[in-house]
Amino acid sequence: MTVARKRAILTADSVPILPAHVRLVFNEKRESWVVLAPEKILWPDDISVLILQNCDGARSIGEIARALSKEFSAPSSEILGDILEFLQDWSDRLLIRLAEQSGGKP
Amino acid sequence: MSGGTDIPLGLLAELTHRCPLQCGYCSNPLELLKANRELDTETWLDVFRQAADLGVLQVHLSGGEPTLRQDLEDIVACLARSGVYTNLITAAVTLPGDRLKALKNAGLDHIQISFQGATDETTFRIGHYKNAFEKKRAAARQARALGLPLTINAPIHRLNIEEVPAFVDLALELDAERLEIANVQYYGWAELNKAALLPDREQVTQQIDFVTRAREDLTGVLNIDFVPPDYYADYPKPCMGGWAKDAFMIAPDGTMLPCHAAQSITSLSFENVREKPLQAIWERSDSFNAYRGTDWMSDRCKACPRRDIDFGGCRCQAFAVTGNATETDPACIKSPFHEELRAFPTSTTVHKRMIGATIAKV
Repeated sequence: MTVARKRAILTADSVPILPAHVRLVFNEKRESWVVLAPEKILWPDDISVLILQNCDGARSIGEIARALSKEFSAPSSEILGDILEFLQDWSDRLLIRLAEQSGGKP
Repeated sequence: MSGGTDIPLGLLAELTHRCPLQCGYCSNPLELLKANRELDTETWLDVFRQAADLGVLQVHLSGGEPTLRQDLEDIVACLARSGVYTNLITAAVTLPGDRLKALKNAGLDHIQISFQGATDETTFRIGHYKNAFEKKRAAARQARALGLPLTINAPIHRLNIEEVPAFVDLALELDAERLEIANVQYYGWAELNKAALLPDREQVTQQIDFVTRAREDLTGVLNIDFVPPDYYADYPKPCMGGWAKDAFMIAPDGTMLPCHAAQSITSLSFENVREKPLQAIWERSDSFNAYRGTDWMSDRCKACPRRDIDFGGCRCQAFAVTGNATETDPACIKSPFHEELRAFPTSTTVHKRMIGATIAKV
Protein backbone atom coordinates (compact mmCIF):
# COMPACT_ATOMS: atom_id res chain seq x y z
CA MET A 1 0.00 0.00 0.00
CA THR A 2 2.89 2.34 0.81
CA VAL A 3 3.94 4.46 -2.17
CA ALA A 4 7.36 3.27 -3.25
CA ARG A 5 9.34 6.49 -3.30
CA LYS A 6 13.11 6.44 -3.25
CA ARG A 7 15.75 9.00 -2.46
CA ALA A 8 17.12 10.37 -5.72
CA ILE A 9 20.91 10.13 -6.05
CA LEU A 10 22.00 12.83 -8.47
CA THR A 11 24.62 12.35 -11.19
CA ALA A 12 25.88 14.53 -14.06
CA ASP A 13 23.18 12.92 -16.23
CA SER A 14 20.28 13.81 -13.90
CA VAL A 15 17.85 16.44 -15.20
CA PRO A 16 16.74 18.66 -12.29
CA ILE A 17 13.61 20.78 -12.18
CA LEU A 18 11.96 23.03 -9.62
CA PRO A 19 8.46 21.61 -9.03
CA ALA A 20 5.60 24.05 -9.62
CA HIS A 21 5.01 24.51 -5.89
CA VAL A 22 8.61 25.58 -5.24
CA ARG A 23 8.79 29.11 -6.57
CA LEU A 24 11.97 31.10 -7.21
CA VAL A 25 10.91 34.75 -7.35
CA PHE A 26 12.55 38.15 -7.09
CA ASN A 27 11.14 40.13 -4.18
CA GLU A 28 11.12 43.84 -5.09
CA LYS A 29 10.55 45.01 -1.56
CA ARG A 30 13.65 43.24 -0.23
CA GLU A 31 15.59 43.47 -3.54
CA SER A 32 16.44 39.83 -3.15
CA TRP A 33 15.72 36.42 -4.67
CA VAL A 34 13.57 34.18 -2.53
CA VAL A 35 12.36 30.59 -2.75
CA LEU A 36 8.80 29.95 -1.58
CA ALA A 37 8.07 26.33 -0.65
CA PRO A 38 5.63 24.51 1.65
CA GLU A 39 6.02 26.18 5.07
CA LYS A 40 9.53 27.28 4.11
CA ILE A 41 11.15 30.47 2.86
CA LEU A 42 14.75 30.32 1.63
CA TRP A 43 17.16 33.08 0.59
CA PRO A 44 19.53 31.65 -2.04
CA ASP A 45 22.80 33.49 -2.74
CA ASP A 46 23.70 34.68 -6.26
CA ILE A 47 25.39 31.44 -7.28
CA SER A 48 22.51 29.31 -5.97
CA VAL A 49 20.05 31.48 -7.90
CA LEU A 50 22.01 30.94 -11.11
CA ILE A 51 22.00 27.16 -10.60
CA LEU A 52 18.29 27.09 -9.75
CA GLN A 53 17.42 29.21 -12.79
CA ASN A 54 19.08 26.54 -14.90
CA CYS A 55 17.01 23.72 -13.39
CA ASP A 56 14.54 23.83 -16.25
CA GLY A 57 13.73 20.14 -16.65
CA ALA A 58 15.50 20.07 -20.02
CA ARG A 59 19.22 20.24 -19.27
CA SER A 60 21.28 17.72 -17.32
CA ILE A 61 23.47 18.74 -14.40
CA GLY A 62 26.52 18.12 -16.64
CA GLU A 63 25.12 20.56 -19.20
CA ILE A 64 24.34 23.10 -16.49
CA ALA A 65 27.95 22.84 -15.27
CA ARG A 66 29.23 23.47 -18.82
CA ALA A 67 26.92 26.46 -19.26
CA LEU A 68 27.95 27.98 -15.94
CA SER A 69 31.66 27.30 -16.54
CA LYS A 70 31.59 30.02 -19.18
CA GLU A 71 29.92 32.48 -16.83
CA PHE A 72 32.31 31.71 -13.96
CA SER A 73 35.33 31.21 -16.25
CA ALA A 74 36.19 28.02 -14.38
CA PRO A 75 36.39 24.52 -15.91
CA SER A 76 33.09 22.61 -15.73
CA SER A 77 34.88 19.66 -14.07
CA GLU A 78 35.68 21.96 -11.16
CA ILE A 79 32.20 23.34 -10.65
CA LEU A 80 30.34 20.08 -11.39
CA GLY A 81 31.12 18.72 -7.91
CA ASP A 82 29.89 21.88 -6.21
CA ILE A 83 26.68 21.93 -8.23
CA LEU A 84 26.04 18.23 -7.55
CA GLU A 85 26.54 18.75 -3.83
CA PHE A 86 24.19 21.76 -3.77
CA LEU A 87 21.46 20.06 -5.78
CA GLN A 88 21.72 16.78 -3.83
CA ASP A 89 21.02 18.76 -0.66
CA TRP A 90 18.03 20.47 -2.28
CA SER A 91 16.79 17.14 -3.62
CA ASP A 92 17.08 15.59 -0.17
CA ARG A 93 14.82 18.38 1.11
CA LEU A 94 12.42 17.71 -1.81
CA LEU A 95 12.94 21.24 -3.15
CA ILE A 96 13.99 20.01 -6.57
CA ARG A 97 12.92 16.89 -8.47
CA LEU A 98 14.44 14.98 -11.34
CA ALA A 99 12.55 15.44 -14.60
CA GLU A 100 12.21 11.72 -15.34
CA GLN A 101 10.92 10.92 -11.85
CA SER A 102 8.49 13.79 -11.51
CA GLY A 103 6.11 12.59 -14.24
CA GLY A 104 4.31 15.92 -14.12
CA LYS A 105 3.43 15.54 -10.44
CA PRO A 106 5.09 17.74 -7.84
CA MET B 1 17.72 46.18 17.42
CA SER B 2 16.30 49.20 19.20
CA GLY B 3 15.45 51.15 16.06
CA GLY B 4 13.77 49.63 13.01
CA THR B 5 11.58 46.59 12.73
CA ASP B 6 11.96 43.79 10.21
CA ILE B 7 9.61 43.20 7.31
CA PRO B 8 7.20 40.39 8.21
CA LEU B 9 7.41 37.15 6.21
CA GLY B 10 4.42 35.17 7.41
CA LEU B 11 0.81 35.68 8.45
CA LEU B 12 -1.35 33.11 10.22
CA ALA B 13 -4.96 34.03 9.50
CA GLU B 14 -7.47 32.34 11.78
CA LEU B 15 -10.49 32.94 9.58
CA THR B 16 -13.00 31.45 12.02
CA HIS B 17 -13.19 29.70 15.38
CA ARG B 18 -15.99 27.44 14.13
CA CYS B 19 -14.85 23.82 13.80
CA PRO B 20 -16.57 20.46 13.38
CA LEU B 21 -13.97 18.79 15.63
CA GLN B 22 -13.75 19.05 19.43
CA CYS B 23 -10.07 18.32 20.09
CA GLY B 24 -9.04 18.86 23.68
CA TYR B 25 -5.62 20.22 22.62
CA CYS B 26 -6.90 23.06 20.42
CA SER B 27 -4.63 26.10 20.42
CA ASN B 28 -7.57 28.49 20.09
CA PRO B 29 -8.50 30.50 23.18
CA LEU B 30 -11.05 29.06 25.63
CA GLU B 31 -13.45 31.85 24.74
CA LEU B 32 -14.20 30.99 21.14
CA LEU B 33 -15.78 33.59 18.88
CA LYS B 34 -19.13 32.93 17.25
CA ALA B 35 -19.67 33.48 13.52
CA ASN B 36 -21.20 36.95 14.05
CA ARG B 37 -17.85 38.25 15.38
CA GLU B 38 -15.90 37.22 12.26
CA LEU B 39 -14.52 39.75 9.78
CA ASP B 40 -16.56 39.95 6.58
CA THR B 41 -15.12 39.05 3.18
CA GLU B 42 -14.23 42.60 2.14
CA THR B 43 -12.33 43.26 5.35
CA TRP B 44 -10.35 40.02 5.03
CA LEU B 45 -9.49 40.81 1.39
CA ASP B 46 -8.33 44.27 2.41
CA VAL B 47 -6.24 42.74 5.21
CA PHE B 48 -4.57 40.36 2.75
CA ARG B 49 -3.81 43.14 0.27
CA GLN B 50 -2.27 45.18 3.08
CA ALA B 51 -0.26 42.14 4.21
CA ALA B 52 1.15 41.65 0.70
CA ASP B 53 2.08 45.35 0.52
CA LEU B 54 3.77 45.04 3.91
CA GLY B 55 5.99 42.30 2.47
CA VAL B 56 4.31 39.13 3.72
CA LEU B 57 5.31 36.19 1.48
CA GLN B 58 3.33 33.31 2.96
CA VAL B 59 -0.17 33.20 4.41
CA HIS B 60 -1.40 30.25 6.43
CA LEU B 61 -5.20 30.02 6.26
CA SER B 62 -6.35 28.39 9.44
CA GLY B 63 -9.04 28.47 12.11
CA GLY B 64 -11.04 26.79 13.60
CA GLU B 65 -11.85 25.16 10.32
CA PRO B 66 -11.14 27.61 7.46
CA THR B 67 -13.21 25.67 4.89
CA LEU B 68 -16.35 26.68 6.83
CA ARG B 69 -15.79 30.15 5.36
CA GLN B 70 -17.70 30.20 2.06
CA ASP B 71 -15.39 32.96 0.78
CA LEU B 72 -12.21 30.87 1.06
CA GLU B 73 -11.85 30.67 -2.74
CA ASP B 74 -12.01 34.49 -3.01
CA ILE B 75 -9.38 34.81 -0.29
CA VAL B 76 -7.03 32.33 -1.98
CA ALA B 77 -7.51 34.05 -5.36
CA CYS B 78 -6.80 37.46 -3.84
CA LEU B 79 -3.56 36.22 -2.28
CA ALA B 80 -2.50 34.38 -5.44
CA ARG B 81 -2.94 37.60 -7.44
CA SER B 82 -0.46 39.30 -5.08
CA GLY B 83 2.04 36.44 -5.51
CA VAL B 84 1.63 35.37 -1.87
CA TYR B 85 2.19 31.66 -1.17
CA THR B 86 -0.97 30.14 0.27
CA ASN B 87 -1.15 27.29 2.75
CA LEU B 88 -4.49 25.81 3.80
CA ILE B 89 -4.47 24.30 7.30
CA THR B 90 -7.53 22.09 7.53
CA ALA B 91 -9.06 19.15 9.38
CA ALA B 92 -10.43 18.16 5.94
CA VAL B 93 -13.71 16.64 7.14
CA THR B 94 -15.68 19.44 5.45
CA LEU B 95 -13.71 19.47 2.21
CA PRO B 96 -15.41 17.60 -0.63
CA GLY B 97 -13.47 17.01 -3.84
CA ASP B 98 -15.12 19.78 -5.90
CA ARG B 99 -14.36 22.36 -3.20
CA LEU B 100 -10.70 21.34 -3.13
CA LYS B 101 -10.58 21.56 -6.90
CA ALA B 102 -12.05 25.07 -6.78
CA LEU B 103 -9.42 26.08 -4.21
CA LYS B 104 -6.64 24.63 -6.35
CA ASN B 105 -8.00 26.51 -9.36
CA ALA B 106 -8.08 29.71 -7.29
CA GLY B 107 -4.32 29.31 -6.83
CA LEU B 108 -3.84 27.35 -3.60
CA ASP B 109 -0.17 26.36 -3.26
CA HIS B 110 -0.12 23.79 -0.45
CA ILE B 111 -2.44 21.92 1.89
CA GLN B 112 -1.82 20.76 5.43
CA ILE B 113 -4.27 18.15 6.73
CA SER B 114 -4.40 17.36 10.43
CA PHE B 115 -4.80 13.78 11.65
CA GLN B 116 -5.78 13.33 15.29
CA GLY B 117 -4.76 9.66 15.15
CA ALA B 118 -3.19 7.21 12.72
CA THR B 119 -6.27 4.98 13.07
CA ASP B 120 -10.01 5.51 12.72
CA GLU B 121 -10.57 4.73 16.40
CA THR B 122 -8.02 7.21 17.79
CA THR B 123 -9.08 9.92 15.34
CA PHE B 124 -12.65 9.63 16.61
CA ARG B 125 -11.66 9.41 20.28
CA ILE B 126 -9.82 12.75 20.04
CA GLY B 127 -11.83 14.77 17.51
CA HIS B 128 -15.30 13.32 18.24
CA TYR B 129 -16.28 13.40 14.57
CA LYS B 130 -17.70 10.28 12.93
CA ASN B 131 -15.83 8.82 9.99
CA ALA B 132 -13.27 11.64 10.15
CA PHE B 133 -10.33 9.35 9.41
CA GLU B 134 -11.73 8.18 6.07
CA LYS B 135 -12.79 11.69 5.09
CA LYS B 136 -9.29 13.00 5.79
CA ARG B 137 -7.71 10.21 3.78
CA ALA B 138 -10.07 10.87 0.87
CA ALA B 139 -9.22 14.59 0.93
CA ALA B 140 -5.49 13.80 1.07
CA ARG B 141 -5.76 11.49 -1.95
CA GLN B 142 -7.78 14.10 -3.82
CA ALA B 143 -5.14 16.74 -3.04
CA ARG B 144 -2.41 14.55 -4.49
CA ALA B 145 -4.53 13.71 -7.54
CA LEU B 146 -4.85 17.47 -8.14
CA GLY B 147 -1.07 17.86 -7.83
CA LEU B 148 -1.19 19.77 -4.54
CA PRO B 149 1.78 19.19 -2.24
CA LEU B 150 0.59 17.68 1.03
CA THR B 151 1.67 17.98 4.64
CA ILE B 152 0.25 15.65 7.28
CA ASN B 153 0.06 17.40 10.64
CA ALA B 154 0.05 15.08 13.64
CA PRO B 155 -0.46 16.87 16.97
CA ILE B 156 1.07 14.49 19.54
CA HIS B 157 0.05 13.99 23.18
CA ARG B 158 -0.44 11.16 25.66
CA LEU B 159 -3.48 9.70 23.86
CA ASN B 160 -1.69 9.15 20.53
CA ILE B 161 2.06 9.24 21.18
CA GLU B 162 2.28 5.47 20.64
CA GLU B 163 1.06 6.00 17.06
CA VAL B 164 4.03 8.10 15.92
CA PRO B 165 5.47 5.23 13.77
CA ALA B 166 2.01 4.67 12.27
CA PHE B 167 1.80 8.39 11.39
CA VAL B 168 4.99 7.97 9.33
CA ASP B 169 3.42 5.02 7.46
CA LEU B 170 0.25 7.03 6.92
CA ALA B 171 2.19 9.98 5.48
CA LEU B 172 4.00 7.66 3.06
CA GLU B 173 0.79 5.89 2.11
CA LEU B 174 -0.88 9.22 1.32
CA ASP B 175 2.14 10.41 -0.70
CA ALA B 176 2.72 13.39 1.59
CA GLU B 177 5.82 15.49 1.11
CA ARG B 178 5.98 16.62 4.73
CA LEU B 179 4.98 15.19 8.08
CA GLU B 180 4.80 17.40 11.12
CA ILE B 181 5.21 15.49 14.35
CA ALA B 182 4.07 18.38 16.50
CA ASN B 183 4.05 17.77 20.20
CA VAL B 184 1.15 19.76 21.58
CA GLN B 185 2.07 23.08 23.12
CA TYR B 186 0.15 23.79 26.24
CA TYR B 187 -1.87 26.96 25.59
CA GLY B 188 -5.60 27.48 25.30
CA TRP B 189 -7.55 24.23 25.47
CA ALA B 190 -4.35 22.19 25.68
CA GLU B 191 -3.35 24.05 28.83
CA LEU B 192 -6.77 23.37 30.34
CA ASN B 193 -6.39 19.68 29.52
CA LYS B 194 -2.69 19.30 30.10
CA ALA B 195 -3.06 16.91 33.04
CA ALA B 196 -4.67 14.43 30.65
CA LEU B 197 -2.54 15.18 27.58
CA LEU B 198 1.07 15.57 28.65
CA PRO B 199 2.96 12.33 27.87
CA ASP B 200 5.41 10.96 30.41
CA ARG B 201 9.13 11.43 30.00
CA GLU B 202 9.80 7.82 28.96
CA GLN B 203 7.31 8.06 26.08
CA VAL B 204 8.87 11.33 24.93
CA THR B 205 12.39 9.87 24.94
CA GLN B 206 11.26 6.88 22.84
CA GLN B 207 9.51 9.23 20.43
CA ILE B 208 12.60 11.38 19.96
CA ASP B 209 14.75 8.29 19.26
CA PHE B 210 12.24 7.01 16.71
CA VAL B 211 11.86 10.34 14.92
CA THR B 212 15.63 10.87 14.75
CA ARG B 213 16.04 7.48 13.03
CA ALA B 214 13.05 7.96 10.73
CA ARG B 215 14.30 11.35 9.56
CA GLU B 216 17.61 9.81 8.59
CA ASP B 217 16.07 6.76 6.90
CA LEU B 218 13.61 8.89 4.92
CA THR B 219 15.97 11.62 3.73
CA GLY B 220 14.92 12.61 0.23
CA VAL B 221 11.64 10.71 0.62
CA LEU B 222 9.65 12.44 3.35
CA ASN B 223 10.46 15.66 5.19
CA ILE B 224 9.71 15.14 8.87
CA ASP B 225 9.46 18.34 10.88
CA PHE B 226 9.61 17.69 14.58
CA VAL B 227 8.28 20.02 17.27
CA PRO B 228 9.71 18.58 20.49
CA PRO B 229 7.84 18.97 23.77
CA ASP B 230 9.51 21.69 25.79
CA TYR B 231 8.20 20.40 29.12
CA TYR B 232 11.09 17.96 29.39
CA ALA B 233 13.73 20.15 27.76
CA ASP B 234 16.58 22.00 29.46
CA TYR B 235 16.19 25.11 27.34
CA PRO B 236 13.12 26.82 25.91
CA LYS B 237 12.11 26.90 22.26
CA PRO B 238 13.02 30.01 20.23
CA CYS B 239 9.35 30.93 20.20
CA MET B 240 8.27 32.61 16.92
CA GLY B 241 11.98 33.26 16.27
CA GLY B 242 11.51 36.21 18.63
CA TRP B 243 8.41 38.24 19.51
CA ALA B 244 7.06 40.19 16.50
CA LYS B 245 10.24 39.41 14.57
CA ASP B 246 9.01 38.12 11.22
CA ALA B 247 5.44 36.85 11.61
CA PHE B 248 2.07 37.77 13.03
CA MET B 249 -1.41 36.42 13.41
CA ILE B 250 -4.94 37.74 12.96
CA ALA B 251 -7.86 36.33 14.96
CA PRO B 252 -11.35 35.83 13.44
CA ASP B 253 -12.56 39.20 14.78
CA GLY B 254 -9.57 41.13 13.40
CA THR B 255 -7.43 41.28 16.53
CA MET B 256 -3.81 41.38 15.37
CA LEU B 257 -1.38 39.38 17.51
CA PRO B 258 2.33 38.55 17.58
CA CYS B 259 1.43 34.85 18.02
CA HIS B 260 -1.72 32.75 18.26
CA ALA B 261 -1.56 32.45 22.04
CA ALA B 262 -0.68 36.08 22.77
CA GLN B 263 -4.14 36.98 24.08
CA SER B 264 -3.40 34.75 27.07
CA ILE B 265 -1.05 37.53 28.21
CA THR B 266 -3.78 39.58 29.86
CA SER B 267 -1.38 42.34 30.87
CA LEU B 268 -1.22 43.40 27.20
CA SER B 269 -3.97 44.88 25.07
CA PHE B 270 -4.10 44.25 21.35
CA GLU B 271 -5.27 46.31 18.41
CA ASN B 272 -7.73 45.46 15.67
CA VAL B 273 -7.30 45.62 11.90
CA ARG B 274 -10.80 47.13 11.67
CA GLU B 275 -9.43 50.22 13.37
CA LYS B 276 -5.82 50.54 12.24
CA PRO B 277 -3.72 49.65 9.20
CA LEU B 278 -1.59 46.50 9.54
CA GLN B 279 1.61 48.47 9.06
CA ALA B 280 0.86 50.79 11.98
CA ILE B 281 0.13 47.85 14.28
CA TRP B 282 3.20 45.92 13.12
CA GLU B 283 5.58 48.85 13.53
CA ARG B 284 4.17 50.99 16.30
CA SER B 285 1.72 49.18 18.58
CA ASP B 286 2.65 48.73 22.23
CA SER B 287 1.78 45.03 22.07
CA PHE B 288 4.10 44.28 19.14
CA ASN B 289 6.90 46.36 20.62
CA ALA B 290 6.51 44.96 24.14
CA TYR B 291 9.02 42.10 23.78
CA ARG B 292 10.87 42.97 20.59
CA GLY B 293 14.64 42.76 20.77
CA THR B 294 16.29 42.28 24.17
CA ASP B 295 15.64 45.49 26.16
CA TRP B 296 12.61 44.01 27.95
CA MET B 297 14.50 40.99 29.27
CA SER B 298 15.31 40.20 32.87
CA ASP B 299 19.00 40.43 33.81
CA ARG B 300 19.09 36.62 33.85
CA CYS B 301 18.17 36.45 30.15
CA LYS B 302 20.15 39.52 29.13
CA ALA B 303 23.37 38.03 30.51
CA CYS B 304 22.71 34.54 29.09
CA PRO B 305 24.88 33.25 26.21
CA ARG B 306 21.70 31.74 24.72
CA ARG B 307 20.00 35.16 24.62
CA ASP B 308 20.18 35.37 20.82
CA ILE B 309 19.42 31.66 20.34
CA ASP B 310 16.07 31.33 22.11
CA PHE B 311 15.25 34.96 23.00
CA GLY B 312 14.21 33.98 26.52
CA GLY B 313 11.70 31.44 25.16
CA CYS B 314 7.94 31.82 25.06
CA ARG B 315 6.30 34.93 26.58
CA CYS B 316 2.92 33.21 26.87
CA GLN B 317 4.32 30.28 28.83
CA ALA B 318 6.29 32.66 31.06
CA PHE B 319 3.08 34.57 31.82
CA ALA B 320 0.96 31.43 32.32
CA VAL B 321 3.33 29.90 34.86
CA THR B 322 4.84 32.94 36.61
CA GLY B 323 2.27 35.71 36.05
CA ASN B 324 5.03 37.88 34.57
CA ALA B 325 5.48 37.87 30.79
CA THR B 326 9.05 39.24 31.02
CA GLU B 327 10.22 36.31 33.14
CA THR B 328 12.49 33.61 31.71
CA ASP B 329 10.39 30.89 30.06
CA PRO B 330 10.04 28.24 32.83
CA ALA B 331 11.04 25.58 30.28
CA CYS B 332 14.56 26.95 30.82
CA ILE B 333 16.69 25.15 33.39
CA LYS B 334 17.84 28.57 34.66
CA SER B 335 14.31 29.64 35.56
CA PRO B 336 13.42 29.55 39.27
CA PHE B 337 10.02 28.21 38.13
CA HIS B 338 11.50 25.31 36.12
CA GLU B 339 10.37 22.55 38.49
CA GLU B 340 6.94 24.11 38.94
CA LEU B 341 6.29 23.72 35.23
CA ARG B 342 5.92 19.95 35.57
CA ALA B 343 4.36 19.87 39.02
CA PHE B 344 0.71 18.97 38.49
CA PRO B 345 -1.35 15.80 39.01
CA THR B 346 -2.30 13.71 35.98
CA SER B 347 -5.93 13.23 35.03
CA THR B 348 -8.00 11.33 32.47
CA THR B 349 -10.61 14.04 31.91
CA VAL B 350 -10.46 15.89 28.59
CA HIS B 351 -12.73 18.93 28.17
CA LYS B 352 -14.09 18.99 24.61
CA ARG B 353 -13.44 22.14 22.61
CA MET B 354 -16.80 23.87 22.11
CA ILE B 355 -17.99 27.37 21.35
CA GLY B 356 -19.75 28.81 24.35
CA ALA B 357 -18.55 26.10 26.73
CA THR B 358 -18.36 27.15 30.35
CA ILE B 359 -15.27 25.73 31.93
CA ALA B 360 -14.54 25.62 35.62
CA LYS B 361 -10.81 26.17 35.53
CA VAL B 362 -8.94 24.39 38.32
